[in-house]
Amino acid sequence: MATRPSTSGPEPVAQDSKTSADTSRLHLSRANAAARLLLIGAAIGAVIAAFAYFGGWLTPNELTPARFTDAFEQVDGVHPGFRRNHAKGVGVAGFFESNGNGLRLSKAVVFQPGRVPVIGRFSLSGGQPFQTDKPDTVRGLGLQFSLLDGELWRMATINLPVFPVSTPEAFYERMIASIPDPQTGKPDPAKMKSFLARHPETEQAVKVIKSQPPSSGFGNSTFHSLNAFHFINSEGKSTPVRWVLKPEQPFEAASAAPPSKDTNYLFDALITQIRRQPLRWRLVVLIGQPGDPTNDASIPWPKTREEVEVGTLTLDQVESEATSPATGINFDPLVLPAGITPSDDPLLSARSAVYSQSFTRRAGETKEPSAITPADVRKGN
Amino acid sequence: MPAERQQFNVLARILHWTMAVMVLTMLCVGVAMVTSLANYHVLVSIHRPLGIAILILVVVRFINRRLSSLPPFPATMSHTERLAAKVSEYMMYGLMFVLPLVGWGMLSAARYPIVLFGSLHLPFILPHNLLLYWALRQTHTALASLLFVMFIAHFAAILFHTLVVQDGMLFRMAPWNIRPREVVRGSNQPTAFSASGRLLTPGVPKD
Repeated sequence: MATRPSTSGPEPVAQDSKTSADTSRLHLSRANAAARLLLIGAAIGAVIAAFAYFGGWLTPNELTPARFTDAFEQVDGVHPGFRRNHAKGVGVAGFFESNGNGLRLSKAVVFQPGRVPVIGRFSLSGGQPFQTDKPDTVRGLGLQFSLLDGELWRMATINLPVFPVSTPEAFYERMIASIPDPQTGKPDPAKMKSFLARHPETEQAVKVIKSQPPSSGFGNSTFHSLNAFHFINSEGKSTPVRWVLKPEQPFEAASAAPPSKDTNYLFDALITQIRRQPLRWRLVVLIGQPGDPTNDASIPWPKTREEVEVGTLTLDQVESEATSPATGINFDPLVLPAGITPSDDPLLSARSAVYSQSFTRRAGETKEPSAITPADVRKGN
Repeated sequence: MPAERQQFNVLARILHWTMAVMVLTMLCVGVAMVTSLANYHVLVSIHRPLGIAILILVVVRFINRRLSSLPPFPATMSHTERLAAKVSEYMMYGLMFVLPLVGWGMLSAARYPIVLFGSLHLPFILPHNLLLYWALRQTHTALASLLFVMFIAHFAAILFHTLVVQDGMLFRMAPWNIRPREVVRGSNQPTAFSASGRLLTPGVPKD
């Protein structure tokens, strides 16, 4: 109180404040005020520049999720409402029955003995939703496990033992090399050759892939996590892992050419099989040893690694994309429950980012009916 | 009757600066994550729980704002400026509340889990619907851009008042407690402008 001006009192002060409101901006010399205004301008400019930096506007040549997704669209065209990769697919549902063996590796509640519901989607790689089924097209199985505590575990597996590239940049480069030439409608073989010359890891990976020829259908395909992850158990111990879904349906090699004129023969066979009896896969976890690469999905781990079978996946329902809840799911491999964490594999974050971009694009688009229609599913009896 | 405030109450000041850091981090993480491949996952894992923390804190802050007495506006502010300050203050409260809620809603509509920590996660608050997700996703970006613009305007106004008008406006929100003299000391217009002590004088209109 004592520090207040002695003249203070409601009326005079109100008057004083009124007059000073008119004159306050005149207290500084013009030059001083201008300098201060410049300083303020610089501060605001710095904030905006920092924001622009974080938003990537200062590095327009950086490879972003949007540019990545654009490349998918350049290779296969834009098909509104469809996934930009693995565009052709069909929904499935069933359950995962854990045997409890996984608990020593991971505290994830999915590994407690018992059943959790699963939805999923079988697909063919590539952005063309109406492509003809071919035996050597990469097959995908996206899965979502709904854990009892409400957590979700998603994965996007494929039937290749290793990935053909080890970095997002190489994936992008390879995709650009495979953009069809507008003249011929086909990719320029020289570009692919030059890509392979720069990426010996791809040639190595292709050798591994060729050593394990595809099976006759989705049902007897082995699906791989590809990327490494870490399992964290209740003691906090971290174990590097990869996992594989091994079919209980017996292996049969694919014939060199499609066995029928049916452009959806792989999907139609899958529908027939599931309608006849549930399809089952054993979920097998590969335990990495020190020195096994966790950051390079193009290199297989030694065959001698310990394998832990943690449960069985049963898929007993199949549905067209028109009705399947899997249609609205982004099978982002980094949707993980507590007890599973990403590895240092650079593909993982990139997959998550690009899947998200593809998901957002298709979410706002009007989609035409998928190749596999509800009628196709019904007649698969 | 308590003496007229010269500063916002301690809780308001703590929340203001804590949330300033959080919101700026959030805006930067937001623009960075959508353009990053390598850091996407890490940034998303920060963005979601940080957004929910802001949602909770802004409610606490708004309640505190409504319940506490406020320091008066500096007398240097015209009626229009005071109105603009009030409107923008409420708009920023609104954005800090609605943005996380839209984020939560859009993730719900897309069935993306909203993990806070470990296995702790939020329930979905909207039905699984892609078009709804898409609309909310666009809304989220638009509102975030608006919040950024509001922040710049707020930042510019405070700097202008503090450095050019020299009415000590910033000190109303200073994290430390000011004694009346400090306001005067902060000014380079010793006597004439020691009237900036008017900041402290009763009788100045509160808003």
